[in-house]
Amino acid sequence: MSQLAIKSLSKTYGAFKVFDGLNLAAGGGEIVVIFGGSGAGKTILLRLIAGVEEPTAGTIEIAGHDVSDIAPEHRGVGMAFQNFALFPHMNASENIATPLRAAGADESAVSACVAKVAKLLKIDHVLNHSPRELSNGQKQRTALARALAASPKILLLDDPLRNVDAKLRFEMRLELPRLLRQSGATVLYVTQDYKEAMALADRIAVLANGAFVQTASPEDIYTRPATLGVARLFGDPSINTADAVIGTGGGAHVVLGGTRVPLAESYAGFAGREVIFGVRPEAVEIGSTGVEAEVIAVTPLNERTVLLLQNSSGWEFLASLPSAAAGIPEAGSRVRASFAAAGTHIFDRQGGERLHG
Amino acid sequence: MDHTSGLEKILRGAAIALVLVFFLFPIAWIFLMSLQTNETILRIPPSLAFTPIIDNYTALITGQLRTAAGSLQLNFMQNMFNSVMLSVCSVALSLVLGVPAAYAFARFKFRLGEDIAFTLLSFRFAPALLVLLPLSLYFKTLGLTNTYIGLIWVYQLICLPLILWIVRGYFEDISPDIEHAYRIAGNSWWKTFTRISIPLAKPGIAAAGLLAFIFAWNNFIFALILASADKQPVTVGALAFVTASGIQYGQIAAAIIISITPTLALALYAQRYLVEGLSMGAVKG
Repeated sequence: MSQLAIKSLSKTYGAFKVFDGLNLAAGGGEIVVIFGGSGAGKTILLRLIAGVEEPTAGTIEIAGHDVSDIAPEHRGVGMAFQNFALFPHMNASENIATPLRAAGADESAVSACVAKVAKLLKIDHVLNHSPRELSNGQKQRTALARALAASPKILLLDDPLRNVDAKLRFEMRLELPRLLRQSGATVLYVTQDYKEAMALADRIAVLANGAFVQTASPEDIYTRPATLGVARLFGDPSINTADAVIGTGGGAHVVLGGTRVPLAESYAGFAGREVIFGVRPEAVEIGSTGVEAEVIAVTPLNERTVLLLQNSSGWEFLASLPSAAAGIPEAGSRVRASFAAAGTHIFDRQGGERLHG
Repeated sequence: MDHTSGLEKILRGAAIALVLVFFLFPIAWIFLMSLQTNETILRIPPSLAFTPIIDNYTALITGQLRTAAGSLQLNFMQNMFNSVMLSVCSVALSLVLGVPAAYAFARFKFRLGEDIAFTLLSFRFAPALLVLLPLSLYFKTLGLTNTYIGLIWVYQLICLPLILWIVRGYFEDISPDIEHAYRIAGNSWWKTFTRISIPLAKPGIAAAGLLAFIFAWNNFIFALILASADKQPVTVGALAFVTASGIQYGQIAAAIIISITPTLALALYAQRYLVEGLSMGAVKG
């Protein structure tokens, strides 16, 4: 039995449909990342689960029970908000203690628990500060501590790292998985940062255009994206794309700028299909064969170097090479680029779904 | 603007002094009048040289007004009590009714919500006299004429819209997420309202309450029409100083000083809330 189950959940505001018929199940202790762009409805989904908004249709089950008629205070969820939503007239310690006091814990248990969770999140030195006196990072940790304090069975985290600086975000990305595992809660984690999603998730549910486009492990999402949209959302720099038509004369292939790019033979079944050829920048290999291209720009990014290439027909694409690799070409030079099969995906030009070769 | 020159400082000081004199002069003048007899007030040319007397104040407090035409009964202290009673009760009732209503208007979209809010505001548009004629007829029928309850009820026309509209803005400025967070933490709707929403809107509630109190205190026309002497506040009671033997300027001045003291004290005490309160809506913390 799943700890949290969402069944054909829909939400509309007037004529505006946020999402329609969402289904998702999460087991005990599982971390599911809800991933999507701005306005995809991720936050609204969390609000529906928390009970502060009501769904238009569908049900939400927590531990097997329909919670439609259960008020937010009785659902046993913890939630951390993107804007922290700390109580400005209470200090950090009182903020964290709120769910414990509401549950009727006695004062000694409350202070022990607050001390424990504050230590875990490294905010024990600022417990007497009011939210106004806290840095963004401390605010975020306080909000997280408040959500964790009463050990809820379900933890809803709404992009908690959105409003903190890059350094802290990186640290928290490393810390959070351990912290969340320790809590034992089923976690729904909303983010629009794909690295965060990949770092934290047991499973990622990609929310776009009002539906879960793909729900899969981070690895699957990256290596087997369901649609072009998903492929574009994951990966930085994002996937290169070019319009192409699958040809079969002498093996399945596409033609890019006059050069044949061979595909796995299994694509032969799609002969003549108008497709979008996609290749991840990491899968572009510079060598002696393949598409002829000119190097327009070279951008070193720490351990990787990104090349902007342009072929004879004007198609611009990116290649991401390990900076340590020998023979990184200079800007202005002419090279040949081939594409590793693992990072090459073919998408239908109409629907955008990935064609399984 | 830390690098103000000496001249600038002097000019600024002069400007402030000018403003203060302009606004405080009437109060100072009335205060001086309240310490004089009618004769010294009315002498020509006026002079600042006089022997201060407190007869005007004692007359008001004891209720014995001695004029050239003889002794006159005054119930100024009763008027004062009425003013306090009416203003305090009206504002209290307005807060009890208006704060939850303001919250509802701020948080929930409901049918005719905006229309109702606007209707309440529109009570402030119409001249009071327009409302008073039908009201006085109704009050007669209902037996509410010359009762505290009737007056407090009518005073809601003054206080309620003010509190409703000012406090509504404060509630709208509180992030709903803060309330959601408190509920999710395991607290009921009511607890969230009393422990989160009201404390956070407190500066606004204080500011609105104070303004409503001042408006209620200064109201004249409602009590003039709907009540008789024993229920009338100081604003109406001051009419008694226009006597058969002339206008008692000294007593009027003393009455003004006594009657503005509570609002002045309240305003001075609450001015930090007022400034904080009235500006908070604009600059979010």
